[in-house]
Amino acid sequence: MTGKPLAAIVSAGLSRFGKLDGLSAREIFQQAGKEAFDRCPNLDPRKDIKALFVGHMMESTEHQGHTGPMVADWLGLNPIPASRTENACASSGVALRCGIQAVASGLADTVIVGGVEKQTHLPTSDTTEYLALSADNFFEQWHGFTFPALFALIARAHMHEYGTREEHLAMIAVKNHSNGSKNPKAHIQKEITVEQAMTSRIVASPLKLFDCSLISDGASCVILTRPELAKKFADNPVYVLGSGQASDTIGLYEREDLTSLKASILASREAYKMAGIEPKDVDVAEVHDCFTIAELVAYEDLGFCAKGDGGRLIESGETKLTGSIPVNTSGGLKSKGHPVGATGVAQAYEVYLQLTGQADHRQVKDPEIGLTHNVGGHGSTSVVHVYKTSK
Amino acid sequence: MEEIIFERDEKGDILPTIQNFYKFCGQGRLMAVKCTKCNKLLAPPRMLCPSCYSSDLRWIQLSGRGQLRTYSMINIAPKRFASQVPYTVGIVKLQEGISLPGRIMLDKPGDAQIGMDVIVDFEPAQMDGWPQLPRYFFRSVNKTSG
Repeated sequence: MTGKPLAAIVSAGLSRFGKLDGLSAREIFQQAGKEAFDRCPNLDPRKDIKALFVGHMMESTEHQGHTGPMVADWLGLNPIPASRTENACASSGVALRCGIQAVASGLADTVIVGGVEKQTHLPTSDTTEYLALSADNFFEQWHGFTFPALFALIARAHMHEYGTREEHLAMIAVKNHSNGSKNPKAHIQKEITVEQAMTSRIVASPLKLFDCSLISDGASCVILTRPELAKKFADNPVYVLGSGQASDTIGLYEREDLTSLKASILASREAYKMAGIEPKDVDVAEVHDCFTIAELVAYEDLGFCAKGDGGRLIESGETKLTGSIPVNTSGGLKSKGHPVGATGVAQAYEVYLQLTGQADHRQVKDPEIGLTHNVGGHGSTSVVHVYKTSK
Repeated sequence: MEEIIFERDEKGDILPTIQNFYKFCGQGRLMAVKCTKCNKLLAPPRMLCPSCYSSDLRWIQLSGRGQLRTYSMINIAPKRFASQVPYTVGIVKLQEGISLPGRIMLDKPGDAQIGMDVIVDFEPAQMDGWPQLPRYFFRSVNKTSG
């Protein structure tokens, strides 16, 4: 018996992900907004939408802050309240939660939540530096730790503790590229082999180039409303049943256990409890694979397998499109791309497509329960949402 | 060497700040603070104990000895570190029970091992403005020379 819905998703939009030359963040956001508006003809955006929340991490890339009112303006939504959330790579997962809070509290009947990032126009070294802002400046960045290195520290600890192998990580990259090859909006729509992944150049040992997600431009949005209003806007809305968010130390080094993200464990337990479900009930999941090791650890933190069994789960094939718990059907951050501020809501977009049967060549068979898992930094923030079809 | 001036409170005690932590590094000392109320040991230092909310925290010197919990060798680095690749970073569990991240200097690049003994050392002081303060780092302990 599942819990009472917090909110309903009645539409969703996603820009193409990738190197979107010549387009600024607000213009990319317009692409996502237009798809969501077109998909929902019963919605009159200017009349119905009462608030906007947008996730955005790196304002320095365009020298453009104040993202909330900027994207509201460009979507023709003035004068509704428009706010930005910044939680590193979990910025829009948090925006989604803010939108749910607004709807569930009765403060606004219908809201638009989304995320955006524009970063491919800069040299990679600059983007790397900006992305590292989500780690502990004084003790990690200042000593030359990069983001891949921080996840490499987790990978090394996991390998040491549980016998996880580099091949396991490569299998995750292969799976996600295979899914991404079926997603026309993905940044890289190309399959890869385990051998390609294993022989790609080392970024921060043991992580290689093919263990890292992509630096992408992109935007995402969903339209949320009160569950009782959902059918007014959509025949088959998707209901948000549970929402969990937790925080952890800003420095990785202060954690007792380097092989899991405690914030993900706590956020998922909160979301499961609220939704009245267990991990085994999840039919399709989008998890935060900023690095392949992050997906492997997420299997364990979200309860898809026992602690230490992440390597065995990827090996079993059960997280492929045809498996019992398909993970990252969109291609994930690894293949679809990772425009950081857009990622959390882009995960919700994919789950919306899956639960409404609109995922085309990557459609999972009749899923009823979906999950999204969005991580900020090396787990200083984690946000988990649980969704259900209208069936 | 340029004189190191610590920020102090009205009683003259050295404030438990991150900047002062690095100023101690400039003197060749790896320091933590200890909460006088609940005895919690904190490095980096904090001005407020996260366990009991006391603001009475006192500096103590750490042994600087510990063991490597995990590590990575970095091949692709941001601009300001690019000339140093490949270099190794890790997390060290100090004898006092707390962990610090840092660069790991090895005799041979690539011969780091989880559990290996390391000891703290310090870069020459370069006091050219916050946060450009002297860094601590760790080096492997040579077993033969102890």
